[in-house]
Amino acid sequence: MTAGSEGRRAVTVAILSTIVFFTLVGIAITHAPGWPEVRRTFFDWGEFKASIPEIARAFLLNVKIFAIAEAFILVLALALAVIRSLPGPVFFPMRMLGIAYADFFRGVPTILVIALLGFGAPALQLSWVPLSTTFWGIVALVLVYTAYVSEVYRAGIESVHPSQDAAARSLGLSHWQSLRKVVLPQAVRRVIPPLLNDFIGLQKDTALVGFLGSVEAFKQSQIDAAATFNYTPFVAAAVLFVALTIPLARFTDWLVLRDRRRRQATGV
Amino acid sequence: MSEALVVDGLHKSFGTLEVLRGVDLAVAEHEVVCLIGASGSGKSTLLRCVNLLEPIDQGRIVVEGEEITAPGVNVNRIRRRIGIVFQAYNLFPHMSVLRNVTLAPTLALGTSRVQAEAEAKELLSRFGLADKRNDYPDSLSGGQQQRVAIVRALAMRPDLMLLDEVTSALDPELVAEVLEVIRELAAGGMTMLIATHEMGFARDIANRICFLDEGVILEQGPPEQMLTEPKEPRTQQFLQRIINAGRL
Ligand SMILES: Nc1ncnc2c1ncn2[C@@H]1O[C@H](COP(=O)(O)OP(=O)(O)OP(=O)(O)O)[C@@H](O)[C@H]1O
Ligand SMILES: [Mg+2]
Repeated sequence: MTAGSEGRRAVTVAILSTIVFFTLVGIAITHAPGWPEVRRTFFDWGEFKASIPEIARAFLLNVKIFAIAEAFILVLALALAVIRSLPGPVFFPMRMLGIAYADFFRGVPTILVIALLGFGAPALQLSWVPLSTTFWGIVALVLVYTAYVSEVYRAGIESVHPSQDAAARSLGLSHWQSLRKVVLPQAVRRVIPPLLNDFIGLQKDTALVGFLGSVEAFKQSQIDAAATFNYTPFVAAAVLFVALTIPLARFTDWLVLRDRRRRQATGV
Repeated sequence: MSEALVVDGLHKSFGTLEVLRGVDLAVAEHEVVCLIGASGSGKSTLLRCVNLLEPIDQGRIVVEGEEITAPGVNVNRIRRRIGIVFQAYNLFPHMSVLRNVTLAPTLALGTSRVQAEAEAKELLSRFGLADKRNDYPDSLSGGQQQRVAIVRALAMRPDLMLLDEVTSALDPELVAEVLEVIRELAAGGMTMLIATHEMGFARDIANRICFLDEGVILEQGPPEQMLTEPKEPRTQQFLQRIINAGRL
């Protein structure tokens, strides 16, 4: 048998087994005793169409929160990871602070950090403290996710073999030059997939900001659901979140592949 | 003849393991010295100490008259003058061959990118790598990678080159091309300290061979004498083992 026909056979089998699997699951669900009721409250096409424009508009706030937070997180987390990788006793206090920060913000539930900052900071009534709940939601997400993402970066830095740094230093590069040009570029490339995981987590957690009152997609769907006693708006919000996640995931796969290809490329 | 490198009473331990126990060694300008010794005898450690990649415990290292182990010496400045090539090449995998070579001159010497590239291209062609300059290291053979590593070190125009078993990670048929490069460097008058297991090569290229044993230079002398009539029983033993292994 040729490789081509074997490949085609594999595709056929995959398609068939997928169809069978989902047919069975579909039958099981639609024959459940409560299905008619669930379908009416969760999968009402009319409700879906009616609620989605407004939820989509609210979802733009999620995207905005995500984009702003992510930009800060990528930079701050890298700084934190670098601080934790500083060698020598001089930097001991900074390393300790870095560790304490990462432990604290990975330990406290995100929703608590959001609540504490979102309700607490404005309550101080300081004239220079912004009152916007969205602002404080973003700050909370940045604080929490910086802790996670710095761990990802750190794992990347540690995965670069010390001989790379030794080679750079042996050529007369300073610690910073070696870090910037040799260690970090390799470290960051390696952690793109886990980094994306955290991106996706962050994207979902933007919904937590709704807890403070900011009308993002989840909050909007809550409002809609409460008005119509129908939960279809939640499904609409879920569809929007997933729709953003999938291209992000495919994009990372592509980045990883491109990097691998390029490293093995022979130039022209 | 002036000394390019003087190592004086060098001690170095890793934890409780004392690897170097008072190494004395001098390498003159344009001299090629080969360092031989059993695996684990401290050849790599000695070379790394000379390049200040390892802090030393005791003793002095003097390069071109300057004590590089003195307190307050700028290690980056010293390392620019001393090239080191490792057994495992240690090329930067995320950069093209050309960038591997130009990185240090542009960053550490402040050479302009244009000039660094011109010099790099010249060096690469000299060592038969002209057509590889846009390739990435992973796509090169071991011999090519090691030659790039040598070029990368040469691009800094070092006064002294340290080579650490640069052929021992290579397939046998790739060894010759790398040794050829080193011969050419020696012919050009480069001062070199070379740790090697290739006794035939050491005999060819070295002005002097030093045998490192139990943390000291136990015996040294011209290649012919060292390899055919060593005085110390331990040197004789070491060479006998190598002959038995078919490596001489
Ligand atoms: N960073 C380190 N930490 C602890 N021990 C080390 C370290 N580097 C080297 N050693 C130890 O020091 C001793 C000398 O090692 P070194 O690599 O210098 O030997 P070598 O002569 O180069 O050996 P080989 O011929 O196998 O390359 C060995 O016992 C080794 O295990
Ligand atoms: Mg060694």
